[in-house]
This record gives sequence, structure tokens and C-alpha cells, in this order.
Amino acid sequence: MSWETVIGLEIHVQLATQSKIFSGSAIKFGAEPNTQASLVDLGMPGVLPVLNEDAIKKAITFGTAIDAKINQKSVFARKNYFYPDLPKGYQISQLDLPIVDKGHLDITLEDGSVKRIGVTRAHLEEDAGKSLHEDYHGMTGIDLNRAGTPLLEIVSEPDMRSAEEAIAYVKTIHSLVQYLDISDGNMAEGSMRCDINISMRPKGQEEYGTRTETKNVNSFRFIEKVIRGEVIRQIDELEAGNKIHQETRLYDSVKDETRPMRSKEEANDYRYFPDPNLLPVITTDEYIQTIRESLPELPGQKIERFQKEYELKEYDARVLAASKAVANYFETVVTTSGAKAKLAANWVTSELLGALNKAGTDIQHSPVSAEHLGELLQRITDNTISGKIAKTVFEAMWNGEGSADDIIEAKDLKQETDSGAIEALVDEVIANNPAQVEQFLAADENKRKKLVGFFVGQIMKASKGKANPQQVNQLLTQKLK
Amino acid sequence: MALDKSEVKDIAHLARIAIDEDKIPEYASSLSSILDLVEQLQSADTDNIEPMAHPLDATQRLREDAVTESNHREEYQSIAPATEDGLYLVPKVID
Amino acid sequence: MHNKTLVELSQQLSSGALSSVELTQHYLDRIRQLDPQLNSFISITDELALGQAKAADERRAAGSAGPLTGIPIAHKDIFCTKGYRTSAGSKMLDNFISPYDATVVEKLNTAGTITLGKTNMDEFAMGSSNETSFYGAVKNPWNTDYVPGGSSGGSAACVAARLAPAATGTDTGGSIRQPASLCGITGLKPTYGSISRWGMIAFASSLDQAGPMTQTAEDAALLMNAMAGFDCKDSTSLNREAPNYTGELNNSLEGLRIGLPKEFFKEGLDAGVQQVIETAIKEIEGLGASVKEISLTTTELAVPAYYVIAPAEASSNLSRFDGVRYGYRCDNPTDLEDLYKRSRSEGFGEEVKRRILIGAYVLSAGFYDAYYVKAQKTRRLIKNDFDRAFTEVDVIMGPTAPSAGFALGEKADDPVSMYLSDIYTIAVNLAGLPAMSVPAGFTAGLPVGLQMIGRHFSEPRLLNIAHQFQQATDWHKQTPEAFTK
Repeated sequence: MSWETVIGLEIHVQLATQSKIFSGSAIKFGAEPNTQASLVDLGMPGVLPVLNEDAIKKAITFGTAIDAKINQKSVFARKNYFYPDLPKGYQISQLDLPIVDKGHLDITLEDGSVKRIGVTRAHLEEDAGKSLHEDYHGMTGIDLNRAGTPLLEIVSEPDMRSAEEAIAYVKTIHSLVQYLDISDGNMAEGSMRCDINISMRPKGQEEYGTRTETKNVNSFRFIEKVIRGEVIRQIDELEAGNKIHQETRLYDSVKDETRPMRSKEEANDYRYFPDPNLLPVITTDEYIQTIRESLPELPGQKIERFQKEYELKEYDARVLAASKAVANYFETVVTTSGAKAKLAANWVTSELLGALNKAGTDIQHSPVSAEHLGELLQRITDNTISGKIAKTVFEAMWNGEGSADDIIEAKDLKQETDSGAIEALVDEVIANNPAQVEQFLAADENKRKKLVGFFVGQIMKASKGKANPQQVNQLLTQKLK
Repeated sequence: MALDKSEVKDIAHLARIAIDEDKIPEYASSLSSILDLVEQLQSADTDNIEPMAHPLDATQRLREDAVTESNHREEYQSIAPATEDGLYLVPKVID
Repeated sequence: MHNKTLVELSQQLSSGALSSVELTQHYLDRIRQLDPQLNSFISITDELALGQAKAADERRAAGSAGPLTGIPIAHKDIFCTKGYRTSAGSKMLDNFISPYDATVVEKLNTAGTITLGKTNMDEFAMGSSNETSFYGAVKNPWNTDYVPGGSSGGSAACVAARLAPAATGTDTGGSIRQPASLCGITGLKPTYGSISRWGMIAFASSLDQAGPMTQTAEDAALLMNAMAGFDCKDSTSLNREAPNYTGELNNSLEGLRIGLPKEFFKEGLDAGVQQVIETAIKEIEGLGASVKEISLTTTELAVPAYYVIAPAEASSNLSRFDGVRYGYRCDNPTDLEDLYKRSRSEGFGEEVKRRILIGAYVLSAGFYDAYYVKAQKTRRLIKNDFDRAFTEVDVIMGPTAPSAGFALGEKADDPVSMYLSDIYTIAVNLAGLPAMSVPAGFTAGLPVGLQMIGRHFSEPRLLNIAHQFQQATDWHKQTPEAFTK
């Protein structure tokens, strides 16, 4: 039988506010355990939540960017369950009337085709703390620093049909939330976590199959692995005539497999009800309109602008605009270097992104800043160095040997442009290679083009690569007659 | 509305309250009599009535996004049953 | 000196006839001597009180004293007091030393009151007799075989016995008014949102409201001026300027329209209580008010609606007591489940467990609409009923409780009959209205309270009516002889 994969995603995005959603605690990553856990975060008796305005603003910003309906009356509810990282025994979340209602998002697949994915809703909630499983005499340690961090949970329609589509969707959200400045999108630090709902159905069947939910997957690579693994597992089960159990699963990245979550085996009854400590959030048309009007340039708009303003190919524009940080880097290189945008685009997409990829780091942590790369390109444009030498300089910059100018100076890499000096070299090479000169003079136009390369090579070697290639060519043509 | 023993057990588990087996009938009977009292609600005509969650028609006030809390870990953990290295300790958690 | 009101004590402090240290020591001595018969205090905070009294005297000497500076009071043990045990009457919090002050405590501290101690209460404020406290039942000073009412029974008993000139209380379904009635003192439950709930251990968040428990309406007004006001830490706190609660005390009652709901005077009401209430209302009529019968058709729905909404909120509010971060933890838990279940079943008393279970049940899948949503719709019907009544009358009056009290143990095994003792008070919480209980007479030697219910924000008017009534009567001056002679 031929099967169709159906995927829906719930993405939890940590919002980049200063303080928590219901308390004035900081949310800095990596703080000492429980040093960012206030009375409210600890669920002390008698404490009360007060809603952070910026969390609302960031949620609405996201909603307007995906053309979603904003619920102008939005309500917080309690989701009741016991877990040691959940101090109050309930999580403040939203059920009916989430802040962001239906919207949609377009994703671009590798073949360039575009697919629209529905967003069912996006609601605000508080994050839980962390259980640390290192052994404390057979006990588990609880750190509540993260408890109360604002999360936007973005729930998609079951619109994706492959791992590729799911990854493209997550990447689009990842890029969008950074563009909107509502999250740092740092997946390694847990700023974006996915719950993946997967089910299979025979091709052509309308009705959905039974789904499983794999919780808390936090990298693009793992998302892909989970989907591929779960699809195979479910097909195997179905083809063996077994039923799929609706269950919550966990991904073990070490074993690269998912397994049912033991603690959630029982069907949970969360007993949602409106939180009596919080009143309905009412947002006005004006408030939403102000947010809509101050939306920054979004990825699609940026790709279009890059093609128009910088005359870039669509592919290059897409690579550069995929992340806000890369796009900003690129534009800084263009302005500081004054170089042709095409040159800047080539350097950023191939040299820089290549080096970052090889080093396994991202552009925020690039050892070469956009300004410094801009200076380097400036030296290519003003003929101080050749493109080839520039690569040597870039390598030195990457290794922290200083600015482009410092390195050019220190390594004496400046291009030779003194025509007298170049002429002397040309004369010397011609004098030292009479046989090749003879061969050259006897050859026809076509062959001459090849043979001239030998002389250029000899001259460049003698100049240690510094002679200006245009000048060398010009002089050779004059002299070899 | 009468609750049977297994319903009492299920709710007790949901609420994480241990009830001795021999006390279950007593709970079943007192909870059932409370539910009988509550059952009188069904006589109210609530068609087209909006549920009321709050006694006043007020709306949520929003707090400015600013860090106003500082670290009080020692103080807060001085009343905790078990801590180590700044962590609250609980019996081993199995995901 | 212990038969003096707050206002009288304030004058004495101000004239220099008395120092706060003397006054405080006097009350502390009385508590030590007499409270063993009543059990109205869970903690007596001598050291704190005397330190505060000394500071109050210094503040007075420096010329910066206010009307409450140096006045000793008692706090219901539901208000968090920094550095002191705050138990909510539960074993669960027997070891809980609060790391912070409730806003009510902070505001009263700022006004200069002295904390004598923390008063006994029904566990987590769940009860109408003060028999559910982990620290034992409180006794009614008028007859120590009788309950003082609840849940603020300790506060009511200690004020009635003049072990404290005044106390704080909380009222979720009648927990200020009913014990005030049973103990013969004045109690005010303000409009929901008037007094911050920050630091007040939650029972049912959409119903809980703090208020003063005093000898007189004038004293209640004085305390309200210090307790009420907007608090940015409580999202449900009213963001409006607090009125001057003492401002209208001396207004005339001429033209006041009183409504008597016929549903409050039906069977179930004790004949002695009825007689006291009717006499009291005649008295107020004589002060210029007019009386008319009204109907609150939803009266009988209030108790059922309340016993869905309050337990639902409570079941969730009490989930935080899990033995992890503070409070009671069972010995040697074998696993997480065991830690939760044993800590909670050993830490909570029977009534609390019952309400948690009811609450979990009415919110659970399949029952939510039939119970919770239905109760919330009924809640609106009840509010609409009051709104309609207040187009015809200015204040609604009737008994606070159906009887003048009951003997200890009488209703302890019958939760439903206990719940019905709040039949006249509960609807007020559901609608968020202000209401008072004022001493109005006696039946069979026990005090009877007159309940007055007003529109939202009408506390100054209620206090005015109560004050005028107290100018014309002396029920509020009666004291249980065994404790006050």
C-alpha cells in the first residue's frame, strides 16, 4: 500500500522579553539555578500574576505578520496537572480565545515551489522549569529559573506531507520570529521547541489516521530524524496489521529513536478553566493597527528588494534573506565596502557562510565582522589587492590576525601597480624565455591566447602574486610583437 | 448524582490525594450529597446567559516589561523541605 | 481599657494618656490569660508587637503619627507575615515561615498598627464553624460550647472577647459576616477588588475579599482607609481612587430605601433571629428610612452555584501544596507520586480534601459544561437579580445567618447542612457586592447580626447606615461577661 504522511506542528517560541510573562524576574539564559525564581515563579502561597505588556505586543506582532485574526478579547486559562517543574500545579495558558486566531504562512520548497501552511492559532503561555536528572542521591533537582518565561505556542494545521515540508515550515517560522524581533530563535538554548504530530493514511483517503506526538524536539536535524523514524515505525506497524496508539513520545537523540513517554501514559485530564486571577485582555483596533504599521520588512519583501535594489539572482537573494542576521550582515558589507553588491553577495554566500559552516558556528559569532569584510572588499575594488590575494587575507582575518589593511601591510600583499617595476619584470621574463617567445610568435591567434598564460604565470610568480594582472597583460601584448 | 468508588478513586488520583480504601465509601457518600445540592443548578434557566468568570466587568491591566526582581534564593530555599546546590530535590523524575 | 473602640484608643494614644507599648502589653497579657479558653490565636507575636509598639511611640513622639499608629490588631492567619508562620489553619503550612508580607499587612504596618498575633481559622478558610482548623476549634466567647462561626472565627472571637480591639478577616462566602454575626461584632466584606489579595492565601480567587472585623462601623471605616486601595501586584485590584470610608458616617438616613428580600425570611430562618432582625429594621426605619419587600428569586441557586465555583477554584489554587518548595512533606517518599499523594493527604484536613475532590470533579472532562459553565451562568443570573433590586432600593437587609449559632460538633459531620448556614451571605460574593454584618440583638443569649448589602462601591453608605444604627442602639457595646468584666 502507498502511504501519505500527515504532519502538524506545535512550535513553542520563547519570547525575547526582558522579564517573565507574569512576574518581574529576569529570563537570562544560563543563570545559577533558582536565582531568577521570584515569589510568583515559585508559586508561593498568596502570590498573583500580572501580565507583561510586551508578551502581548510580541504575540500580536506575530499574528499580524501571518495575516491572522487577532482576538480582541483574549482569555487566560489554567491547565491543571502535577509535575515538579510546574510550581503552581497548573500552567497559565490559553484555551478558548487565544490571542492569535487563524492565519497562514507560505513556505518555499527546494524545487522553488511555494506551499501555503495554515496556522490554527498561536497562544501565550508560561514555560515550566527544568528537571535536572543528574543524580542527587537518587533524587532529581528542580531549577525554576525558566518557569514563567513567556512562550508563544504556534499550532499549525495538519498541512505538511513530508519531512522536507515540515523543516521548511519550521525554518520559515524560525526566520520570521527573528525578523520580527520577538525571539532570539536560539534553538540550542531552547528558544524554539517543536511538538511533532505525525499520522499516516493510505494515499487518497480523506480521513486522518491515529497520530502520535513527539515532544520537545529542538533542532532542525532532530525534527527531520524524528519524522523519518516515526514514518517508518508507523508504516511498519500498519503494514503488520497493528494499530497506532495515540500517545506522547520522546526523542532520544543519543539512540536516535523515539519512545513512548512513561509519565504521560495515562490520558491527562487538564481541567482547563479561566484563570480567576487574570481578567480578559482587551486590545483595541488602534493598538493592533499601530503594531501592524510598525512591522519590519519581512523575508519575502526582503528577497524581492534584494533582487531589485542589488540586481541579485533570486537564489542569492533567498540565501541572504533566509536569516535576518545574514541579510543585515550582507547589507553592512555593501555599505562599508562600496563594492558591487554582486561581489559582496558572492563573498557572503560562499566564503563567509562556507567558513562558518565548516567551523560549525553562526553569523552572530563570526570572527570576521561585516565591517571588516567590507574593508577587505573595498581593497579589491580599489585594486589594492586581487581577488585571489583577498582570500589569503580573509583567512588571516578569520584567524584573528587583524584588519584587512593590517594584514595586507604586515604580509606585504599590496598589488604592484608601478608600471616601471612591472615593465622590468616583463622584460626580464621575456629575456629569460627565448624559446617560448619564439613559439608564441610562430603561433596563430588562438594558440597565442593560451601561450600568453605562461608568461603571466611567470611574471606573477616573480612578483609573488602582487603584480596587477591587467597591467601585466597589457604590457605583454605590447611587448610580444 | 451518586459517585461510585471507582469515580472517587479516579478524582483522588487526578487531585493527587491518597485515600485509604476503607474511607472511600465515606467520601463517596459525602461527595454525592454535595453533588445532590449542586444538582439544583439544573433548575435554573440559563439560556442565552453569558458565563460570568469575574464579579466585575474589568479588563486585564498590563505590566511594563521590566526586571523588578532580584535573587533571593537562600531566603526562599530556607523554608524548603529538601535542596542541594540551589536545586529543589524531589524523588527521581521519569519522563 | 480593652472595652474601648479603636477610635477611643486612638484618642488616648494621641492625648498621651496611654502609650502603645502599654496598650500592646495589656492586650498581650489578656491573650495569654484568656485565650486558652477560646483558642482564637494560632500564633502570638509578642516580640514583633512590642517592637512595633515601641516604634509607634517613637513615631508619635516625632509628631508623625496617624490615627492607627500604635493600635494593636490581630491578623487572620491567612495573611502572609514576613518572618512569621502563616498557616492558613492547615498542617500543610504549619512550618511555613512567610518570606513576604501581604499587601494588607504591609499597608496596616505602614499605617502604624501593631500585630498582636495570627488568628485561628477554618483550614484554608473552608468552613463556617472554625472546626476544620488544624489548630483545633475556636470557641464562641458568648457560650464556649458554641462555634464562633467561620472561617474568620478566631478574628471574630478575639474581637468579641476584647483580646484585640480589631482584626482582619477574609470573606469568600460569608467568612467575615457570619462569624461577626455569631460573635456579636461588626464585619465588612468590601466590593471585590477593593482590598488587594496579594499575600492573602487563596481559597477561591474570584470570591475572596479581605475586610475589617471590629466593634463598631466607625472602627471598620478607619481600618478600611488603611486597607483598601489599588495594588499593581493584584490584576483584579480596582484601579480607582479609594473613597474616604469615614467621610459619610454622619450623614442622615432620611430617604434611605431598604429592600427586604422575601426569600430571606422564609422557613429555615430561626424565629428568634427573625424577631431581632425585624426589630432592628424598625429601628432604622425610625431614622428616616423606608422599607419595602423585594424578591431575589435566585436566592436558592446561590449555594449550589457557589459549591461548584469555589471548590473548582480551590482545587486548582491548592495544587501548589505539593511538598516540593515549602510546607509539609511526607516522610521518606518512595517516588514522585507518593510524595504528592501522601504529602497532600497527610497535610490537608478532611473538609479541604472534600472540596478539592469536588472541584476536580466539576472541572473534569465531560462535566465541565454541566457544572462549571452552568454555575457561571447562574452566577450572572444572581448578579442580574441584585442589579434589578438595586434599581428599586439602596440597600438590602436581612439576617446574616439563619440561626444565632450552633453547638460545637453539631454540624461537623454533615457538610451540606453546614454549607446551608451561609445561604444569606454567599450570593453577595458571587456578585462581588459589599456587605456588612452589624450586631442587632440577642436570642437565647447569643448575638444576632443584621446583614446589609449594597451596590458595588457603596461601602461608605453601608458604613454610614451601620454607624447611624450604632448611634441609636448599643448592641455593639455588649460584651461576653466571662471575658470582659
